[in-house]
Amino acid sequence: MKIAFSRRLFALLLLGASTLLAIPARAADEAADALIKRLSTEVLDSIKADKAIQSGDLSRIITLVDARIMPNVNFQRMTAMAVGPAWRQATPEQQKHLQDEFKILLVRTYAGALTQVSDQTIAIKPMRAAAEDKEVVVRTEVKGRGDAIQLDYRLEKTPGEGAGWKIFNMNVLGVWLVETYRSQFAQEISAKGINGLIGTLTERNKTNAKKG
Amino acid sequence: MGRSLSFSVESGRTWARRFGLLLVVLLLSACASAPGANPRDPLEPFNRSVYRFNDALDAAVLKPVATSYRDVIPERVRQGIGNFFENLEDVWSLVNNALQFKGQAAFDSLRRVGVNTFLGWGGLFDVATEMDIEKHTKDFGHTLGYWGVAPGPYLVLPILGSSSLRDTVALPVDWKGDLVASVPHVPTRNTATVVRGIDTRSDLLKAGNMLEEAALDRYSFMRDAYLQRRRSVIYDGNPPEDESVDGASNSTDFSAPPGEPPNPTPTKSAAETLSSSGVSGEEKVKP
Repeated sequence: MKIAFSRRLFALLLLGASTLLAIPARAADEAADALIKRLSTEVLDSIKADKAIQSGDLSRIITLVDARIMPNVNFQRMTAMAVGPAWRQATPEQQKHLQDEFKILLVRTYAGALTQVSDQTIAIKPMRAAAEDKEVVVRTEVKGRGDAIQLDYRLEKTPGEGAGWKIFNMNVLGVWLVETYRSQFAQEISAKGINGLIGTLTERNKTNAKKG
Repeated sequence: MGRSLSFSVESGRTWARRFGLLLVVLLLSACASAPGANPRDPLEPFNRSVYRFNDALDAAVLKPVATSYRDVIPERVRQGIGNFFENLEDVWSLVNNALQFKGQAAFDSLRRVGVNTFLGWGGLFDVATEMDIEKHTKDFGHTLGYWGVAPGPYLVLPILGSSSLRDTVALPVDWKGDLVASVPHVPTRNTATVVRGIDTRSDLLKAGNMLEEAALDRYSFMRDAYLQRRRSVIYDGNPPEDESVDGASNSTDFSAPPGEPPNPTPTKSAAETLSSSGVSGEEKVKP
């Protein structure tokens, strides 16, 4: 009896040790849905705990988004998708400009949406994905008053980099962010070229910043 | 708005005739639209002018009224008013969920109406949400879409805003199923219709400010968001990948080094490439 017990204990210890050994190899890589769940919870909790954010302090929320969310976003891919085929014709400087201005615009909008958070909760829907999938969609729902708000994220696998996944598109209420910008960007590019689009984005960010 | 929503059988017929005429005119102008147009929005010039009209009307009347409504009426009262109208709307969602054979959604809608009407003081309190009974808003346009009717060209309607040919055709049915529009006492009906309009607009005040900041072109932003949103609701938030519409799926990675050149003719401008690839496999636009 005693021997059997200690044997089992030994086996458990071994198992524990092997898990510990296994951890450093895949330290940061978590499952995509676990990453989204962690990010959502962290951000919601920070907002709920921060009186300044609730009273609409945009700069604070922008700092929060920059610190918590942006490291997990492949923003280059997101911008390239929104710009479309013209991206490949843009020079590296133009690409950088586009990316910077688009980021300012989106972070501000996203931050504005987050100021609306009050008592909502986030539910992660079960994910259908195979282990070898390079891209997955994580579906979540924000529950509050009225219909649940659909909020989905499309992520790509980035082994060993960041948390192992990066977001490159998101979907609010069935509307994909990148798609919604694609035709606006194409319109600007066909009328005024890539530099015209950069100019329009910069101008819009300046006007927004003036509103405080 | 009040007048157009409260038609009798007689005026309904006249209205239907005028509506049919409007559609014919629209479709004719659709055929004459420029070749470079967005395949889902062949009526863009017409739509843009209606959009400008709506925008001006909104800035002059609707937005100021909605803003003072928000500032004057206490939040609790506004919440009650909103809940009341949403409860009535749930009745119509119940019918449409049933028409789509969505058992759970129809059952949820039925429970919502029951709970909110009898325990929530005639719908003033949204008790059902507290009880975690999900809301599934559906209108007749969704029902048509669910049974395979394509959206057709995008349309901007005066006052009502974004729509599609399919959703516009469905509107008269929605009005028939609208409990506010079927109140027999005309002054009550008109008052309720106006209050509901103001309440809806006041809910959108924050979103409107965000739209102003986020969009480069509010017209295209609204259009693309509306079309995607309607499509998504029809598939219950899980539509199949739609690669054909603008020539690129929503995961095409233009930042990756190209395996094969994406543009067979690199001399073409980006805009030309975009529009020509868009036309090749557009969503079935069935006029």
